[in-house]
Amino acid sequence: MRSRNDRIIAGIMLLPSVILILVFVYGFIFQTIRTSMTDWGENLDNPAMALQVEKNFVGLENYRELMTDPMQFEFRTSMVNTFFFTILFVVGCVFVGFMLALLLDMNVKFEGVFRTIFLFPMALSLVVTGTIWRWLLQPEGLNALPNRLFGLEPYTFNWLSSRKRVLEFDWNDVPMYLTYIGLFILAILAFNYFAKRRWRSMGIVAGLGGILVFLYAVGFWENNIWPQLGITNREGTFIPTPEPKGYQVALSGIVIAAIWQMAGYTMAMFLAGIRGISEELREAARVDGCSEFGVYWRIVLPQLTPVAISAVIVLGHISLKIFDLVFAMTGRQNFQTIVPGIMVYGAFDTNRYATASAIAVIMLVLVSLVIVPYLWTQLRSRES
Amino acid sequence: MTAKKLINRTIIYALLILMAAIFLIPVYMTTVTALKTRDETTLATAWNPPDLPLNFSKFQEAFEYFGPSLGNSFALVGTATILSALLGSINGYVLAKWRIPGERFLFPLMLFGMFLPYQAILIPLFEFMSDLGLYGGIPGLVLIHVVYGIPITTLIFRNFYVEIPDEMLEAAAIDGAGFWQIYTDIVFPLSLPGFVVVIIWQFTQIWNDFLFAIFMTTEGNQPITVPLAELSGGEAVDYNLTMAGAILAALPPLLVYIVMGRYFIRGLLAGSIKG
Repeated sequence: MRSRNDRIIAGIMLLPSVILILVFVYGFIFQTIRTSMTDWGENLDNPAMALQVEKNFVGLENYRELMTDPMQFEFRTSMVNTFFFTILFVVGCVFVGFMLALLLDMNVKFEGVFRTIFLFPMALSLVVTGTIWRWLLQPEGLNALPNRLFGLEPYTFNWLSSRKRVLEFDWNDVPMYLTYIGLFILAILAFNYFAKRRWRSMGIVAGLGGILVFLYAVGFWENNIWPQLGITNREGTFIPTPEPKGYQVALSGIVIAAIWQMAGYTMAMFLAGIRGISEELREAARVDGCSEFGVYWRIVLPQLTPVAISAVIVLGHISLKIFDLVFAMTGRQNFQTIVPGIMVYGAFDTNRYATASAIAVIMLVLVSLVIVPYLWTQLRSRES
Repeated sequence: MTAKKLINRTIIYALLILMAAIFLIPVYMTTVTALKTRDETTLATAWNPPDLPLNFSKFQEAFEYFGPSLGNSFALVGTATILSALLGSINGYVLAKWRIPGERFLFPLMLFGMFLPYQAILIPLFEFMSDLGLYGGIPGLVLIHVVYGIPITTLIFRNFYVEIPDEMLEAAAIDGAGFWQIYTDIVFPLSLPGFVVVIIWQFTQIWNDFLFAIFMTTEGNQPITVPLAELSGGEAVDYNLTMAGAILAALPPLLVYIVMGRYFIRGLLAGSIKG
């Protein structure tokens, strides 16, 4: 049998990696959180790179500024951009990727060639993708293609520098919208439990929703919570003047480039999922008189749900972190297409370490909200 | 074949060819632009194929401009890939074949590092590397990639080694083989496909990295992605030069992908589907 001695050696061999991860991941995260609660680099009397740096604890002040200080409007734009980017990118990739997987599953000749073509962008650096697409989105690029191919009028849209904004809303209304989204999610959950006849779970979720609606209706947040935290001003708004936000149309080109890069990856995930479904099952359904469409609708699609969830989560966390692509396509100072990753770079570059840390922590929280439950369920399902 | 089926097949192939063409448009445009000069890249002529004989002057220029950073990239990738594969192999072997106290807790903790937004560790990392005197150069970047590569390399090797039957290891143990002998005699010789997957994965990841490269290296020590992004994101861009540069930066991982596509996909899927 393997001896106790060898087990100790095994443990010792793993130890360096464990220590490296503890220090480089968790230790550094802790330090970033601590920095985000100081005034390092924010205080003009106290230069960030001085020999003796004085860092004062300021609590959540940096976060409050990011959310409500009129000067920090760029950060809020970056959050809104991330929101729209994530939705369009994930939906686009899943749609294109799923279509490609279905097409390749139809017993086509040269499947390997097609697969290689759809997946090759994944081997490129996002910087290369950004460089190439920046050129394609110039007036000489895709805009001129209808003219070159069919003699049509050239398209004149300013892909990367358009200042147009659609779906406008006021940043002051964001908590309200978040409440609606929360209620919507609770309603879906409640309905789900209702359909599965899990009455107790349904009751809890419905109760939570009821409390939320009640608190909202009596103005609990704006009277008791926001003023206490010092987030709202005397007028009861977050920012003194309305701050219009919305979908920056200039993001569209970056979304297209990102989908071009990642759709093949999504296809590979779906294809692996489809190939994992036993051919006998599909054959049995055909024998029972199911049409080819019916086989996909009733057998394949339901079994792909876990793959779809994986795809959405992996793509979603990539888009929350996006940095390289935006940097290469619109540079570091393009206000229309700013994202949190670029904000961190800008703050770091100008030695505003506390602000950079606070933005980074917000990114970490968003990514963790997506990834931690996913890791949890993935690892638990493997053990059982 | 019935008429209906024939129509179906035609539609499927038409869609596939259309999609393939759309995916390849950027490749065409990049290549022709890199083979032309500024005067041949106007509104009216940008989509035209280049004149023959082909003009490689932009590639020559790109080689001069990106030469040093290309060298940095190769030095970085060569060292970091090998080191991180070896480390991952040992970790995977321990986690797959030896019972370690706290393993159920350590493994997810490690895996989270794979999804971490690196912005959340950059400032402490910068301070730490400066204190060690490793900030700014390729050796420091090697260390960074080896450390943050631990989660994915460990995961791939662990899932690979789980497939090796325990009986083989037990038999060797009964014959008196210890931790290292089991590794060198049984596990390592079976590891070739695992090493190929991990080396390809790390090669492409590290080659393509931009975030660590731009935060952690100084002028002259940068891998190719940094000058390329800066040239592309700057004002008054020479698109012929950037396209030639993009091709230089794209070729190494692209060649690996085309030659070893199957292994590349395995690495790709390892990052999303576990178990």
